[in-house]
Amino acid sequence: MRAPHDIGGLPAGPVDTEPHAATFWEKRIDAINVLLGDDKRRILSRDERRLAIESLGEEVYQTLGYYERWTAAVTRLLLQKGILSQDEIDAKIAEIRARMGEAEEKTEA
Amino acid sequence: MTERTSHDHAADEFQKDEEIHGYYQFLGLAIEELLVEKGIVTGDEIRATIERRDSITPAIGARIVARAWTDPPYRQRLLTDGTAAAEEFGCEFDATELVVVENTPEAHNVIVCTLCSCYPRMVLGLPPSWYKSREYRARAVREPRAVLKEFGTELAENVEVRVHDSTADMRYLVLPMRPDGTEAMDEDALAALVTRDCMIGVTVPKV
Repeated sequence: MRAPHDIGGLPAGPVDTEPHAATFWEKRIDAINVLLGDDKRRILSRDERRLAIESLGEEVYQTLGYYERWTAAVTRLLLQKGILSQDEIDAKIAEIRARMGEAEEKTEA
Repeated sequence: MTERTSHDHAADEFQKDEEIHGYYQFLGLAIEELLVEKGIVTGDEIRATIERRDSITPAIGARIVARAWTDPPYRQRLLTDGTAAAEEFGCEFDATELVVVENTPEAHNVIVCTLCSCYPRMVLGLPPSWYKSREYRARAVREPRAVLKEFGTELAENVEVRVHDSTADMRYLVLPMRPDGTEAMDEDALAALVTRDCMIGVTVPKV
């Protein structure tokens, strides 16, 4: 059976040839990946990341955008390596949501 | 009153025109802030990395192609050892090899990464979104002529199409054919004809 990332030769629709510039968020995810794998840190290798992306499972792989898959994969690796904990991540997400929500209210006011 | 002292908060740097929504977007910001708080990466390193990435554009690849068109010994070096020849232009390779494939009147080359998104980033910068799309990855190897047509490129039936599937360790770059009618052009003028899509092989340079 084919793994979800192994799509070469499968039927698919027309290519959206319109170029979409990388967003600031995407560039940050890219930068974090570069830094975590650089010689200074060597926290995760390119092959580890690829394996993590390929192991996300069919549904996650199909549903997420490209850099969302990267984000999911890097998160799993950082959890596995004990560098971050799920509790820390959940708390930080709540904090950012609250902070950004406040900023939005300020703008509207 | 909310205290706002830190500019190391990733979320604070977003411009108004970029909406952050959805779990994974917040997750990405959370990971970044936690890594900064733990001292694993710094905000300056992230900014410097983005700047370095942004500085690598297809203009570098275009200069390499224009040099190959005007300097036969360089063309030979480029085809023999693409990595070393690109390093002459300041490109940095990290345990990755660059293989340059040359278009001829008999054969046209196209590059793809069917499994993910491997791309000659060191020469062209970040890949266009369609290069990473399911449609391009799936179909480029099965029906390249049909895919090229979607980019407005029609090849004569007698031209062989060679599709190169990239890997993390081996990236390809297409050396397009120099168009007719460019004999009087200098290297800079020639480089201006060479687009990113020509070097992926989905289009050809036009005068």
